[in-house]
Formats: sequence, C-alpha cells, structure tokens
Amino acid sequence: MNDMRKIERDVKMADTKITARNVNVFYGETHAIKNVDVDIAENTVTAFIGPSGCGKSTFLRCINRMNDTIDICRVTGDIQLDGSDINAASVDPVQLRAKVGMVFQKPNPFPKSIYDNVAYGPRIHGLARTKSDMDEIVERALRRGALWEEVKDRLDQPGTGLSGGQQQRLCIARAVATEPEVLLMDEPCSALDPIATAQIEELIDELRQEYSVVIVTHSMQQAARVSQKTAFFHLGNLVEFNDTSNIFSNPSDPRTESYITGRIG
Amino acid sequence: MVLFAFTMLLCATMLAYFVNRRAALSIRAGGVQLHSLESFHGLFAALSVLVPVLVGILLWLALEGTAVDGFMLRSLPEGTFEGLDSGASQLIVAEIKSIAGGRVFGTPEPWKIEAAERLVRYHRIADWLLVALVATSATILLWFARRSVAEQFRARQSAERIVLGLMIFCATAAIFVTIGIVFALTFETIKFFQIVPITEFLFGTSWEPQIPIREDQVAAEGAFGAVPVFLGTIVISTVALFVAIPVGLMTAIYLNEFAPHRVRKTVKPILEILAGVPTVVYGFFAVLTVAPAIRQFAATIGVDVAPNTALAAGGVMGIMLIPFISSFADDALSAVPRSLRDGALALGATRGEMMLNVLFPAAIPGIVGGVLLAVSRAIGETMIVVMAAGLIAKMTINPLDSVTAVTVQIVTLLIGDTSFDNPKTLSAFALGMMLFLITLIINIFALRIVRKYREIYD
Amino acid sequence: MTDITPEQAGSGSSHSATELVRKSLARRNRKQRVLQGFGIAAIFFALSMLVILIGSLISTGYPAFTQTHVELEVYVDPDEVNPDNLSRGSYDEMIAVSMGAYFPGVDMTDRTAAREVTQILSSGAQLLLRERVIADPSLIGQTVNIKVPASDNFDQLNKGLVKRDTPERLRRVDDAAIERFDTLNEAGIISTPLNTRLVTNADSRFPELAGLKGAIIGSFWALLTCFVISFPIGIGAAIYLEEFAPKNRLSDIIEININNLAAVPSVVFGLLALAVFLGWFGMPRSAPLVGGITLALMTLPTIIIATRAALKAVPPSIREAALGVGASKQQVVFHHVLPLAMPGILTGTIIGLAQALGETAPLLLIGMNAFITSAPSGPFDSATALPTQIFIWADSPERGFVSRTSAAILVLLTFLISMNAIAIYLRQKFERKW
Repeated sequence: MNDMRKIERDVKMADTKITARNVNVFYGETHAIKNVDVDIAENTVTAFIGPSGCGKSTFLRCINRMNDTIDICRVTGDIQLDGSDINAASVDPVQLRAKVGMVFQKPNPFPKSIYDNVAYGPRIHGLARTKSDMDEIVERALRRGALWEEVKDRLDQPGTGLSGGQQQRLCIARAVATEPEVLLMDEPCSALDPIATAQIEELIDELRQEYSVVIVTHSMQQAARVSQKTAFFHLGNLVEFNDTSNIFSNPSDPRTESYITGRIG
Repeated sequence: MVLFAFTMLLCATMLAYFVNRRAALSIRAGGVQLHSLESFHGLFAALSVLVPVLVGILLWLALEGTAVDGFMLRSLPEGTFEGLDSGASQLIVAEIKSIAGGRVFGTPEPWKIEAAERLVRYHRIADWLLVALVATSATILLWFARRSVAEQFRARQSAERIVLGLMIFCATAAIFVTIGIVFALTFETIKFFQIVPITEFLFGTSWEPQIPIREDQVAAEGAFGAVPVFLGTIVISTVALFVAIPVGLMTAIYLNEFAPHRVRKTVKPILEILAGVPTVVYGFFAVLTVAPAIRQFAATIGVDVAPNTALAAGGVMGIMLIPFISSFADDALSAVPRSLRDGALALGATRGEMMLNVLFPAAIPGIVGGVLLAVSRAIGETMIVVMAAGLIAKMTINPLDSVTAVTVQIVTLLIGDTSFDNPKTLSAFALGMMLFLITLIINIFALRIVRKYREIYD
Repeated sequence: MTDITPEQAGSGSSHSATELVRKSLARRNRKQRVLQGFGIAAIFFALSMLVILIGSLISTGYPAFTQTHVELEVYVDPDEVNPDNLSRGSYDEMIAVSMGAYFPGVDMTDRTAAREVTQILSSGAQLLLRERVIADPSLIGQTVNIKVPASDNFDQLNKGLVKRDTPERLRRVDDAAIERFDTLNEAGIISTPLNTRLVTNADSRFPELAGLKGAIIGSFWALLTCFVISFPIGIGAAIYLEEFAPKNRLSDIIEININNLAAVPSVVFGLLALAVFLGWFGMPRSAPLVGGITLALMTLPTIIIATRAALKAVPPSIREAALGVGASKQQVVFHHVLPLAMPGILTGTIIGLAQALGETAPLLLIGMNAFITSAPSGPFDSATALPTQIFIWADSPERGFVSRTSAAILVLLTFLISMNAIAIYLRQKFERKW
C-alpha cells in the first residue's frame, strides 16, 4: 500500500485532469468496483487493462456518468474533473458528457448521414450559430478523426454505409466535434480488423495533443503501444497504476505480472 | 366559439415559443453563454402556456353542459317537476333542449320556449366566458414565461420536466380508464342492489327484466335472477371452445412441426384474417348462413332445433377463436427450447411422438394461458350473441335450445333507454360488473401463467 | 475400435431390438400420420369456414351493388306545384300520370288502381323529382327525364331473387304486378345500373334508397377522434414506461393494468361511456365524438404495447452513442429512438385503428345505432358508424336489406383490408435489421 501512495504523488506532479477517490460501484448486489483511486493526467493516454469482467469498462463509464442510465447501478465515492465533483447534485450529466466524450466498443453511428452524425452533438449543445459554422465544425472534427479525405464527397450518405474502421473513426469524429476535454474509449478497436486498428491507434496518439484520452483495452500490446499510463484492474480492484513502461517491464504486484505473462485472464 | 378558443390557444403557444426564443437569442447575441439552447427557452414557454390552458379548456368543456343545464333548471317555474318521475322530467329537459336546438315539435308551452331561450343564452355566455378565460390566462402565462428567460435559467430541464410530467400522465391514463370502469360500474350496480336484493340477483333462477311502464299496468313485477343468463353464456362459450380448442391446437401442432415452410408462411396470415374480421360480421354470418344450415341439417335427421340455437352462436364464436388459440399455442410450442426436441429425436422418437410426448406437454402452461384468454373472450363477446342468440333466459344446458347471454342482456336492456333509475337499465350495469370481474380474474390468471411460462424458458 | 464385427452385431439380443423397433415403426409412423391428418383437417376446416364466410357475403351482397331503375318522362305540371314553396306540390301525382301512360287500361284517378301501378317505383321517387325541381325551378312546365329506383320487391324480381316459378301465394309479388313490371320492361325503360346510392346516400327506411354515406362519415369522425386521442397518449405512455419509468411497484401496476385493459370485453367500455360520458358529463348521444373517445380507450393498450415493442427493438448502442455526445435522455428518445421506432409504431397504430373500425358493441350502447337519414356534418352530430349500420340493416325485416347488409360488410372489409395492407407495406418497407 505504501507503494501506491508513492505512485500517486508522482502522478500528481503532472497536470491532473481527473481525480477518483474511493470509487465503489454496485450492480444490484454485486460489488463491481472496489475502492478505486486513480488520477488521470492531461494530454496523456491512460490505458485500463485487465481480464474481462474486471470492472475496467464499468469504471470508465463512471467518469462520464454513463452508469446513471442503468437503473440498478449505484456509484459511491468521489470523482473530480478539474477539481469539481462530477457526481454533485448540481452537475448535469448532459453537460458532463459534452465535456467527457465517449467512443464505444462497437461502432454505433446513428442511421443518419455522415454530416448529421458529426453535427448532432454541436447542434444539441448550440455550438454553431450558422450553417457555415457547422460546416466548419464538421470538417474539423472529421479531419481530426482522420476521415475527412475519405468522406468529404459523400457527407450526405448514411454513416451506417461506411466500413467498420471508418464507422469507428466517424464515431471518434462525432465525439470530438463537441470539443470535449476528455475522451473515453471503451475497447474502440475490438470490433475492427488489424489495419483499421492501426489507423485508430495512430489517431489516438494524435488526439493526445489536445485531450486526455482514457482507453479500455483487452490487448496488452495495444496498451503498451498507445498509452503513457496504465492501470491494471482485477476483480473490481485497481491492482496497479503506473507508467506504462514500468507496468510492462517491472510490475510490482504479482497479479499484474501473472496477467501480463498470460497466466491469468 | 370552442374552435376559436382552440385557435387562440394555438396562436398563444406559437407566440410564446417565438418570443422566448427571440429573447434567448438576443441574450446570446450579447455574448453571454446561455445555460440552455434558445429553442428550449421557446419550448418551455410554449409548454407552460399550452398545458395549463388546454387542461382548463377540456375541464370546462366536460363540465359546461351539466352546469348550464343546472342553471336552466333552477330558473324553471317552481314545482315543474313536482309529482313527476325522473323519466317524465327527463322528457321535459329533452324537449327544452330540442327547442333550443331549433327543432320544435307542435306548439310547446311558453315557459318551455322561455327556458329554451335561456338555455341558448347561457350557452352563448359560457362560450364567451371560455374565450375570455383562455385569452387572459394565456396572456398571464405568456408574461410569466417571458420573464423566465435568463442566462442561468435551466430551460431544458424545466421543459423536460413538463414533458416527463405529460408522459407520466399518459402512462397513468390507462389506470384512469380502469378506475373509471370500476367507478361507473360500481356506482350503478349499488343503485341496482338498492332496488333488487343482491341475493336475488346472484341466486335467482328467473330473469324477466320487464317492468311496468305506467303505474296502472298490472304487468309482472320483473325478476332479476341472473343465474339463467350466466348459464346461457356458459352454454354458448362451451360450444365455442369445443370448436376452437381442438381445431386451434391441431392447427398449431401441424403448422409448428409438420407443415412445409411454404404452407406455414401462407396459412398463418390467412388465419390472421379470421382474427381480423369484425364480430358484427360473424354475427351476420351466424344468422345468414350457419343457423339456417344447422336447422336444415337437423330437419333432415329429424331433430328439433330452436331458431336461435346456441349451436349457431357458439359455433361461429368458435371459428372466431380458432386463430386466437392457434397463434397462442404456436408461440408456446416455439418457446420450448430446441434441446428438448433434439433430445427426444435423438432417442429415436418419431416427430409425432416428440410432439405429443415432449413438446406439447412442455408447452401446456403457455397453451393453458392462451385458452384461458380465449375463454374470457368468449364470455365477453357481444355482437355474435346479440345477433344470433336468443333473448329469453332459460334454465337449460341444451345447446340445441335457444339461450341468451350476459352481453345480449346488457345490450338489449340499454339500447334506446338511458334513464338510470329503473331496475331494468341498472340491471345491465350489474351484469356488466359481473362480466368485468369474471373476465378480469380470468385475465389476470391467464396473463400470469403466460408470463411465468415465458420466464421458465427465457 | 471394439472388436465386434458387423456379423456379430447383427445377431443375438441387439438383433431382436432392431427387429422390435422396425416392427413397431410402422405403427408409430401411422400414429404420426394420423396426427398430421388431424392437423391438415383442422386447417382445412378453418380455411373452408373463411371461404364460406367470404363466399356467402359476396353471393348475397353482390346484387346490392346494382339497383333496378325505371326511366320516366315526367311532365312537371305548373298547376300542381306551389310556386312560393317548391317543396309543396303533388309530385306523386305527376309521377303517377307519367306511369299511367304505360298502362292505358288503368284508370289512374282510381287511388287503389294507381297505387298498384306506382308501387313498382320506390316511395322516394317523388322526393327525387322534387329535389330536381327545387334545384332547377325552370323545369316547371316542362317534361323531365328522370331515372327513379324501383321499389325493393320489384328490384328483387328483376334480379331474379324473387323467383317467378314459386307459387303466387308464397311470392311477395303477385302475378298481376309481374305482368305490369314486364310491360315496363318491354317498353325498355327498366335498367340496372351501378348502385351509386350505396355510398352517396345516408340511411333510409327503404332499402332501394339506403346508403352508407352517413355511416362512412360517422366512422371517419369516430376514427379521427380515436386517433387524435390514443396516438399521442399511447406513445407518451409507451415512451415513459419503456425509457423512463423506474422499475418499481407503480410501473408494475401500470403494466399489468395495460395488459388487462387490452382484454376487457368491449361491451364494458360501452357501459363506461354510457355512464360516464353520457350520464355524468352530459355529452351528446349518438355522436361520433363520444364513440371516438370510447374507441380510443380501447385502442390505447394496443398502441402502447406495439409502441413499446418498437422502442425495444431499437438497439441500445444508438442510445449510448447519443448519450455519449451529451444528449439528454429525452433528446436521445425524441431525436433518435422514436424516429427509428416510428414505422413499427405506425404499423401497430393502424392495426389498432382497424380493430376500432370494426368495433360495434360499445357504439351500440352510446346510441350510434340511431336511424339517421342524413350524413353528419361534424363529430358532434348524431350518426351511425359502419359496423352499427351493418347491425341495423341486419335487423331490418325488408328483404332488400339482406343483400345491403352483405354489401355493407364488403365495404367495411375493404376498408379493413386496405388499412392492414398499408400496415404490412410499412412494416416491410421500413423493416430494419440491426
């Protein structure tokens, strides 16, 4: 435990975007997340790894309060974004989610045109005043999603007609379009082929320039490739949280070590 | 006038939307970040004008008629209704109303014409009052809504709360309907039991709801023993189920297991047509085709059959219920897990044995639920029996005889007669109450069985 | 591998088991065939009932789609018409005179004799003439060519429904009357054109004049009211229950309640309407508005159940996507889920409305079986609806109403089939596989 405290201090030296303390999540009777403390730094890619069912996705969904949408789910503890409690009664989850964007496991474009997919967020948040404003936002978002060149001539075609990798980049562009500060990615490549995965990973690295990215992945290689920080979850506990290079080269917990070497999971 | 009130409300609503939206936009143009989008400010204003005023108008319309009638009645000369029973007084009111509506028959007394004129005047006043009320309340609400526009005003939350409230209201509407049914039935049924003892109704074996129309008539007192009426319903429903259950189940078994895909695909929708035919059509079918056919057939084998035999009504009702039972049974059979079928087939059972010994027993709870729902339908079915069954209540269980049914009595007792104070009409409500309770119990029971069954295999 | 050879397997105890199975198999297969036979017989029974139903309706209903007419040259005698009030005039006399021209042997001043001749025509014939004259007063003093419907008995005779070879005393048209009718027929003034009055006239005491216009318009108003009330309320309720309601006792009760309401006998809704709408609120009797409200209460559960199913079919990933970009829960529903569920909702609604269109019993109780000879001009006027009109006609003693009832049913079924066809089309056109 003393080790953990030390690590925490180290992290705090960077600009901390999100601080989570003592977070517990219950699904009905199940205790899904147990006393998790994490700090997520700005302009960093933080990866959550761990065997399936370990709670990494559940924890990710706490950060933009997506768990609110599940009736039986109860979250306790303290999560702060820029020093203010996101679970406070005064915080509107809608505004929180505009600030903390999310990309899901399976690409889930709306069955609307590519343009409308990207424009939807800015539209409901009132980010564009004119049509040309909106065009600009859409173009910028699609460029950041590394999709602009491929779709600029067919913005009015349905987003569901794109290939899987393109759909996922469209979803990233859609998330980016609302100008979030944090981008949560829940296994964004699990439904994609290797080439598309490589493109997305490249994109994640670029996105780091402007956002704090938190990515849940079941692939240790991916975590090692894209992240600077890695957190290892096991059975609802945060076992270890450290610089990615440290976790993979020199894990301090035996459970981490056995997971990385493929003995559990 | 009412239309005018609605138009005014519509205009006020649109006005509220645009005024508030404009206001919000102008704040935003000043460079201030609004909490909510301008369209939500507009929506909030529109809803806060529309909803209260609309509720007001509807309440007004629901109560206006009774209130205006009340005023008119109070202005009638003293003692108009003295010594008159309610039927006669209703006749007077109806006459005044028809004069007010411009339909004058003969030469009515001057006081009636006067009352009619007053009625017309009250209605006009009420209309004007409504319009005035709508105008003022809409203006006030609009003003309040306009004042709400502010940088920090959470218009989206407020508007969404109103919408959520509306949706909750919609969801509880179904409960209100049930409460309305229970209240209406209970109210009239209690009135009935004040005239006719409940024991006579429940256990009496004679049903003759004719009552003297005039005081001096020495006609029968009228008897309200509901047993033969319910017996008739039971006889007809039994006939119906005798047709529907075997045919429906056999159809389901064949379609589910043996029918080639193409047959299944064509037969199922055709059977659905049977379910979609309105019951009044079945009723006519029973009278036009089935009853004569049964009579003719009976005559050739020398059996005497009553003209309104329960066989015709029940048989046609059975045809109506075939698709009902077959689709329930088909669903229940399809819900049985594949593993059970495969297990039986792997033992070397023929498909017939698999169906009869494994699939069908496993599906029985689901099928029973469907059959129970069909029973409740048969009991509550109205048009077929009204057209094809008899009117006279008899203590018989002979399906060749002419029997009546609960729904037949309800309809015939209430057609063309709406005064709610004689046992004849009130007895219809008592019958309705019984009908409602019986079908309700069967339905709850059946739905619970169906739900349990689904849970087993889900 | 075991070391049992095929020959060994074929002998001894296992041999007899196989033999037993083989022997019993014929019997077991026969049993299965019997089961299948029963199934096929059941389907055959159900389908043949449908065929008989439709067949008997068509065979009795088709004569009503034509109507025997008599073409007359009527002199509109200025002496017989009151010039100040055109609706006063002896139009029946004028028609009698023009009929008399075909029967030179009959003394048309003799009332009984004249009656025997004019009974070939519908009693509404003089009204038709009167309408013509009122519409165009310049016809007074001229000869008008007018086609009037024959009365029911002669219409039946002309269509062969009254058989000429039945003994006279069992026939509703006696031999002399047949002879008179044949005289007109030889004169070439009898024709049997399409019976447009079936849809352009309202109800009438006389079958040859009765039409469905009032019933169709009444049904239209009732259905419109039903739709306006049940569609928004049903969708609102379904959205709340499916997307917002917390899983608690209240929403359980609402759900059970809706399922039960869907199975409450329709006549009970009629009792509710009679006691509450007419009795307590004093709404007008026989009005399509009240009928529509009553039907709306019955259609509500259907729409709620269909809408919930359609909402359930929209995959959760769409909801998450919208939530993820910061849409509020209501924005998720109204921007994404509801539009995607709309085809399913519309299909369910149309099916619900089709059921409502065929519903009869509750309308009878609120007096929509009144005898009304003019089409309603609005939802507050007294009116009948298609199914109640069918009920009224089915109860009428005149022979002509039998075929008219069947014809009315065919009209009703046509409406129902078209509504269901629209629903099926919508379902197939917009069906989306996720």
